[in-house]
Amino acid sequence: MNATADSIDDGGNEPAENYLNCSNTIASWAFTLDHKRIGVMYLVGICIALLLGGLFAMAIRLQLWMPEGMLFDEQMYNEIFTLHGAIMVFLFIIPSVPATFGNFFLPIMLGAKDVAFPRMNLASFYLWVFGTIFFVAAMLFTGLDTGWTFYTPYSAETSKAPVVAATMGVFILGFSSIFTGLNFVVTVNTMRPPGMTWFRMPLFLWSIYATGVIQLLATPVLGITVLLLGAEAVFHIGIFDPRYGGDPVLYQHFFWFYSHPAVYIMILPGMGIISELLPVYCRKPIFGYKFIALSSIAIALLGFLVWGHHMFVSSESTIAAVIFSGLTFSVSIPSGIKVFNWLATMYKGNIHMNTGMCYVMAFMFLFTIGGLTGLHLGTLATDVPLHDTYFVVAHFHYVMMGGALIAFLAGIFHWWPKMFGKMYNEFWGQVSAMLVFIGFNLTFFPQFYLGTLGMPRRYASYEGREGFPISEALVDQFTHLHRVSTGGAFVLATGLVIAAAVLLAALLWGRRAPRNPWGGATLEWTCTSPPIHSNFIDTPSVGDPYFYENMEWDPELGGFKTLPPAKPIETSEHQPAGSE
Amino acid sequence: MFANHLLPALINLPALPLAGFWFGEAASTGAQDVDQLFALINWMCLFFFVLIIGMMCVFLFKYMKRDGHKEEWSPSHSNMLEIVWSVIPTLLVALLFVLGFKGFIDMRTPPANAYDIGVTAYKWRFQFDYPNGAQDEELHAVVGQPVRLVQQSNDVLHSLYIPAFRTKMDVVPGRYTYQWFEATKAGTYDLFCAEYCGKDHSNMNSNVVIHETQAEFDAWLAKINTPPDNPIEWGEQLYTRKGCKQCHSTDGTARPGGGPSFQETYGKTHQLIGGGTVVGNENYILDSLRKPQSQIRTGYKGITMPAFPRSLVKDKEVDALIAFIKSLSPDYVPEVETVPEVETPEEEGTIQDEVATESAEEPEPEEEPEVESVEKTDEMPDEEPEESAKENGETP
Repeated sequence: MNATADSIDDGGNEPAENYLNCSNTIASWAFTLDHKRIGVMYLVGICIALLLGGLFAMAIRLQLWMPEGMLFDEQMYNEIFTLHGAIMVFLFIIPSVPATFGNFFLPIMLGAKDVAFPRMNLASFYLWVFGTIFFVAAMLFTGLDTGWTFYTPYSAETSKAPVVAATMGVFILGFSSIFTGLNFVVTVNTMRPPGMTWFRMPLFLWSIYATGVIQLLATPVLGITVLLLGAEAVFHIGIFDPRYGGDPVLYQHFFWFYSHPAVYIMILPGMGIISELLPVYCRKPIFGYKFIALSSIAIALLGFLVWGHHMFVSSESTIAAVIFSGLTFSVSIPSGIKVFNWLATMYKGNIHMNTGMCYVMAFMFLFTIGGLTGLHLGTLATDVPLHDTYFVVAHFHYVMMGGALIAFLAGIFHWWPKMFGKMYNEFWGQVSAMLVFIGFNLTFFPQFYLGTLGMPRRYASYEGREGFPISEALVDQFTHLHRVSTGGAFVLATGLVIAAAVLLAALLWGRRAPRNPWGGATLEWTCTSPPIHSNFIDTPSVGDPYFYENMEWDPELGGFKTLPPAKPIETSEHQPAGSE
Repeated sequence: MFANHLLPALINLPALPLAGFWFGEAASTGAQDVDQLFALINWMCLFFFVLIIGMMCVFLFKYMKRDGHKEEWSPSHSNMLEIVWSVIPTLLVALLFVLGFKGFIDMRTPPANAYDIGVTAYKWRFQFDYPNGAQDEELHAVVGQPVRLVQQSNDVLHSLYIPAFRTKMDVVPGRYTYQWFEATKAGTYDLFCAEYCGKDHSNMNSNVVIHETQAEFDAWLAKINTPPDNPIEWGEQLYTRKGCKQCHSTDGTARPGGGPSFQETYGKTHQLIGGGTVVGNENYILDSLRKPQSQIRTGYKGITMPAFPRSLVKDKEVDALIAFIKSLSPDYVPEVETVPEVETPEEEGTIQDEVATESAEEPEPEEEPEVESVEKTDEMPDEEPEESAKENGETP
């Protein structure tokens, strides 16, 4: 499975030149067509977005420490939660995994030198940068306060400058997303090496492929929607605003037709990371390969049919609500299949609790809660009281943050040695995982309870208005729960800061990374750490991405080495799981 | 049928405590149904959570790397298992779907004998219209009487949410929406706006008061339907009840993000955005209520002010508000001892007919200031056009 093993040994003496130091002018980064450098630049940008969104999140949590609001007046709070939501969704989660790990590892896992359209890839990055600056500046300077959802008619009637500017930003970001998705779909379709059939692809590629399909099909609808919204705000064309004969609920349909599939743009790559990491750390082939692969496609397709479940109380017709509820439950099945297959992969394994695996376990725990609470929201009768309360806030943070962000962290710890050639401190890495896990649950679990008690979303204060105070018992309960949540947010933030510190410290003081520190069998572990500019010296031959029996821990290397195949036929005999 | 009889009986006993913990008090017939279903889902979630996380922990514990432990071969796929964990969850969610569907239809189908109460939502208040013409900002009803809320919005999306009744429905401009409930316990409950609607979204709450008897309710209804005799007193009540207070002070100060103080309104000449001036007389106040976008004073973001049509503020109520605003003016001299005669003939206002207002004839809301965020900070100082000062006041 490792053809390069003959030409380069397993990592004892790496070549001095790699993609990071093969050229070092600013222009060599700014105009690079190397998918790895673009991935690294995306990583930097996305981490800045995460930091920014995180700071606004902390501001929100602090505000809610006091029932009357601790820091800001209502207007300011509304602008801050808009910034938090919009930055996290459009600038962090949607591009996060595909743009960083997808860019960096998709070509390598295919044994290719680059993606199919390297220039388009660079264009996608610059569109993201341009869109981000435009979007954040628009929100900061115009005081956008519509929430990240831009619901009409509020967004069309509130001063038009913020909405038009911000939606232009979204429009630009959408193109960045489309370019990335298109690139990946074409790359996977056309550049698979000889021998890598669809069902011998690493599962990460399946999930990135499914994500690319959603990005291609759904993002144009977002573009159309925000253009129409801008036209409504400026020209009053009368499509969304009832004052001009429009229909505000139509906007919600348009918006969620993109934004629900976008939920799967966020979570599918995360699931791909888990499918990739879990077998490596359990030293077992992935269980039910075909089912995991196809469930990604099923989720991508079914994800297009359920947008109406965001609108059960929006006055959409009863029959539509019923249909959307039924379809919504159908999405839960492929997600469940993935979780059960991951569990079965652990069975009889040899589980290495490295930092990456700690994050994978955190993902399993949090995503299970996030998924199960989706049942309360998909069931029509129980969704009615829970809709637009903190229950929903908790649910989507468990899925989006407990799912997508934790998977992102798992991936970053898993692939950091490969990307930068340095090992991090394992102990502090695990401490960060522990703190993130505990902090996360402290922050968001109380929010389920807040929601069932009736705390609505997007409230700057919860004491009620003059003459109509919210009942005392309820305010007490709200206060306690919000305070636990705020406390938890600080634990969570500490964990994330430690995680960042561990990774940055590794760059400076880390031990040199071996070629294959965790014993992965996908192709990225056969190239050097960090990879050379062209990834591989010779085109690698493809084996089973989840076959670990020919690997052995070598204490001298500090990593795994591949044993020469005992019988040359063995790898081809051991078919990938589910290829029958 | 299974779903009709056996199942509720089955889930009732062990389930209720689990739901009662999560939700607050259940005070309507519908709330009990929702709680039961919620409890069933909770049990189901608990089962799967324990199964998944339990297995995860067992595997972690048993197969954790240690000396002498090695991975063992086991099959890496099993169609039987895949079928089991696809089909069983499918059946369970199908059950949830059916139960949720049934409950939802009940929620959407008010009984024929329901008592209709109109709801008008506007930034940032709910107004309840009772069949006898009475209006109030609290929702009142009687135990055991199904109530249907007929909701409309005056501006943007809102959502009327009563946690104790487990009911919620968006209030959408341009159409009527409905929800209904039948309260089972007398008491006062919280009511929230659950759909984000702008600056004071978090202050758009109210109370639901459930009366024990019809007589009690009728007495309350009769009481709110008789306004005070003194228009100034009535105007002051309306100032709070209609929500003017959220944005307009009575002491000359400007509320953050709000509009001009009512103290500065009557009898002054005001500069308008886009040039021109307007005199603060009765017509100015009437226009500011009915079509607020037509005359925006310099230094303010007129867009925040919703229009108040007759359905929200009746003509009589406008009179009362004018009387109240008049009384706030620094030049106001109270009538001497003639209480019933407060409806002063407004000669001064009409004599002082504004000549300079034609430039501000802009019923479209396009005429907004371009740079709102800048103005938010400085609306306070520049609201006194120098030349206006006191050219006439209240000299009855």
